[in-house]
Amino acid sequence: MSENATPGSARRDPAKKVKDSADRTQLQTIMIRFLRHRPAMISLIVLALIALFAFVGPFFWMWDHTVYREIPSNQPPGGVHPLGTSAAGHDVLGQLMRGAQQTLKVAFTVSLLSTIVGSMWGATAGYYGGRVDAFMMRVVDIFLIVPLLVAAAAIAGNTGAGASWYAIALIIAIFSWATIARVVRGVVLSLREQEFVEAARASGASAPWIIIRHLLPNAAGPIIVAATLLVAIAILAEAGMSFLGLGIQLPDISLGQMIGSARTAVSTRPWLFYPPGVLLVLICLTINFIGDGLRDALDPRQTRVRR
Amino acid sequence: MTTEYMNEEHTAGADPEDVVLEVDHLSVTFPSDDGPLPAVREVSYRLRRGEALGIVGESGSGKSVTSMAIMGLLPKNAQVRGSARLMGQEIIGLSDKEISKVRGQKIAMIFQDPLTSLNPVYTIGYQIAEAVLAHKKVSKKAAMDRALELLEIVGIPSPQQRLKQYPHELSGGMRQRVVIAIAMANEPDVIIADEPTTALDVTVQAQVLDALQRARRETGAALVLITHDLGVVAGQVERVGVMYAGRIVEMGPVEEVFYRPRMPYALGLLGSLPRLDGDRSERLTPILGSPPSLRDLPVGCGFAPRCPLARERCHEEEPRLVLTNGDTDRAAAQEGDTTVHTAACHFSDELVGAEATDLFRPTAVDTEGVGSVEELETAESSVAEAREEYREESKAVSESATEGSTEPEVLLRATDLVKHFPIRSKGLLRRKVGEVQAVSGISLDLREKETLALVGESGCGKSTTARLLLNLIKLTSGEVSYMGRPLQGLSDRQMRPLRKDLQLVFQDPFASLDPRMTVSDIIAEPMRIHGRGNGDAKDRVKELLDLVGLNPEHGSRYPHEFSGGQRQRIGVARALSLNPKVLVLDEPVSALDVSIQAGVINLLEDLQEELGLSYLFVSHDLSVVKHIADRVAVMYLGKMVETATTEQLFSAPAHPYTQALISAIPLPDPVKERTRERIIVTGDIPSPANPPSGCRFRTRCPKFANVLSDAQRTKCVEEPPELMDRGTGHRDACHYSEVVELI
Repeated sequence: MSENATPGSARRDPAKKVKDSADRTQLQTIMIRFLRHRPAMISLIVLALIALFAFVGPFFWMWDHTVYREIPSNQPPGGVHPLGTSAAGHDVLGQLMRGAQQTLKVAFTVSLLSTIVGSMWGATAGYYGGRVDAFMMRVVDIFLIVPLLVAAAAIAGNTGAGASWYAIALIIAIFSWATIARVVRGVVLSLREQEFVEAARASGASAPWIIIRHLLPNAAGPIIVAATLLVAIAILAEAGMSFLGLGIQLPDISLGQMIGSARTAVSTRPWLFYPPGVLLVLICLTINFIGDGLRDALDPRQTRVRR
Repeated sequence: MTTEYMNEEHTAGADPEDVVLEVDHLSVTFPSDDGPLPAVREVSYRLRRGEALGIVGESGSGKSVTSMAIMGLLPKNAQVRGSARLMGQEIIGLSDKEISKVRGQKIAMIFQDPLTSLNPVYTIGYQIAEAVLAHKKVSKKAAMDRALELLEIVGIPSPQQRLKQYPHELSGGMRQRVVIAIAMANEPDVIIADEPTTALDVTVQAQVLDALQRARRETGAALVLITHDLGVVAGQVERVGVMYAGRIVEMGPVEEVFYRPRMPYALGLLGSLPRLDGDRSERLTPILGSPPSLRDLPVGCGFAPRCPLARERCHEEEPRLVLTNGDTDRAAAQEGDTTVHTAACHFSDELVGAEATDLFRPTAVDTEGVGSVEELETAESSVAEAREEYREESKAVSESATEGSTEPEVLLRATDLVKHFPIRSKGLLRRKVGEVQAVSGISLDLREKETLALVGESGCGKSTTARLLLNLIKLTSGEVSYMGRPLQGLSDRQMRPLRKDLQLVFQDPFASLDPRMTVSDIIAEPMRIHGRGNGDAKDRVKELLDLVGLNPEHGSRYPHEFSGGQRQRIGVARALSLNPKVLVLDEPVSALDVSIQAGVINLLEDLQEELGLSYLFVSHDLSVVKHIADRVAVMYLGKMVETATTEQLFSAPAHPYTQALISAIPLPDPVKERTRERIIVTGDIPSPANPPSGCRFRTRCPKFANVLSDAQRTKCVEEPPELMDRGTGHRDACHYSEVVELI
């Protein structure tokens, strides 16, 4: 990007045509930039495989996540149970598929909901400023000071919502959008002073137009970083709730719950702990890399498209 | 030939004993991911005792890096070759410990930004004393006494109190004088000043330059003054070196370089400069192309791709810096001979007696995007075509609106505009604890097809006024009307149809374009806001790009791929997209290098003529204003102090502030600059939160301080002067105004 090639260079020498963003549409440019981001692409493939494993796998595997009489307990990996079995008589591979599925559903729902609500909220507060901002941010503060786990536990405990994954996702989302709102507001506070925002106003643009066309796209970097972090936070929160008996309940299962119940078995029966553990780390890592790739691809200044 | 302007004791020839700083083939290369960056190439010069040498060049020419290399202040990864001898001692390659003994003691540096070069947590006195103690074994008391003495020398009022103050309590000009005091604390032999006044207003700049000269006189130090401002150079130094693409391309006594430049670049720079002593009818001549990328330097002369004189030899062989004594004796410059005029051009003989207009074309197309005269011509013709189309289109729109009236109609009228920004307390209640009186009663008319310039120093409320006129901020009181229709109190929705006619162009070409949008989208945005379809907008964007002299094929690029001048053109294209009648231009060229600024000014002039636009031109730069405006309004602390036609104002300024402003603008002409009458104002602009009573300028007014009697002064203190007509529409707000001829 620092190559200092002024557009004039193309006019000066038509033979040496620089193949940069000039010849593509915006969307194509973003796609190409993302495809060239190696860690993000590898992560995307890995995540796709995990999703395939979680959502399609159960159709092809003979055991699901429930207890079967014919499954011997505490079998190490091997034979018909490639990842071993639990004390109660679960097939760990079957559990892992279902667990990953539930965890992914919760994590993505939380991240999506919180990001949409949080960034709209934060951008609105930041753009208007003054009293509007003061009021909206006090609301955010209220959601921020309540510890997520305690509040989620209280709601889930009282409503009995713990049964389904979407209820859990909703509860976690209610208490996590505020962090995004704060981040976005901070960015927007400085962005709104930029002259391009004033230029839009001088042309007669309305507030929603400015927020959607100018402020949010320019805040995309921090928003994406916060959204990917939220995926990890949601997974941990769900695991914590399951551990407290408020999240996804047996016989249904999530990765967090598997790890929680295998916490005493790390040295004696490691096959119960490591598969869900590794999968969880993989999900969080890949999402972070994909976030990095997206952020870079969306920022036209980051890297030039190389041939 | 040059001696009469030099200090007498410094006129001796190049006695080797007399040389304090000798820079010899100094080169600096920065390694980078994309290969080495040769920022400075083979720079050599000698500085005699007490001499003032100016180094001028545009941004990126390597002028700052050279001095940083001499001071040993470059980052560790920089590769420095060549030598620099200070009083005979080699200082390139010294260890940090060794060079610390030299820095501050024998050579001192003054940086551009006085805000960051002082430490905010220590008092002024402590920081000056620290500089003294670093090199001298004296008591703290003695160091403080010295600090006091230094503050007096640089002309800081009530120095005793200032010693105990912190940097934030001082204004920018004051801080810069403290920095000068620190630089001269140990009586160094060389002071390097890197753009010392760039961040300051002109009247303050005059004060700081004055302090710098006093510091020189006091310490007998030689000065290296690095600046992009040719006017400052003309007035302050005896010799000047012009840098381009990391090399010195011309060097000699200022009079020689300014009056008889022998390198096309220097000639082009002078031609691209709007001048206070120039004529408005003269078109500016921008230099073609843009400075080369350091990574990809041309083989021959670095300036050849932009040079109208360039021939084959220029593209093959890099010219050396040689003597330009007119005859055929083109011997290499004698080492250490400091009185000669040298230039790095194969054909410098052809420049004898040349004018900028002989070489450069007064064009308005984007000169950064074209490489040759032929391309320029095709670009010019396509611009002309686009203008034709544009005119027809806008005619169709506006024909019904304007009926044949002969008197130029008043488009925008402001009456007694007032804007006070509340200062609120911190904390929950945010009580109002005061107010900044940004604009206090401005009235003006902007007529059809004219350019009205709003001039003043920072903080005078000129930008606020511009925004009030566009109803972008709500006014406290007063009236604004557009074609007779009041604007105040209109909601955003009611304003929207009017915004088509009133558009804004910004100062900062980097901040005013959304970095995430393509240029096409940026230019089309106003049309989309006003509901014009996509297909329509696309054709129009191409036409507009053509109109402002850019290549219409570049619409799908992002702003960061363009240079400053090109971005400013994009900003203009965006403003034009709705066929406005009025353009408010907020410092549209002050962020640009001079050679590029000229092209944008030409563009604005052409557009006005072709499209019949009215401009409200907000600027602090009187030279540009003189070049472009029909009428000028001078503002000071939220009030208008004088308004007249450009001719009247510059030939016969009546208000003391206008006079001071005009006399503070450095002229890029060494003789005129040194011989003209000066009206120096003292002090800094008072805070608009607490303006002086009566006449707001009285605290700095030279007339108030030196000429008026006590009874007359009382009137200034008690009674705010009204803007009075002096016949022929020339109005000023001074009780004792008196016309003075300054240029």
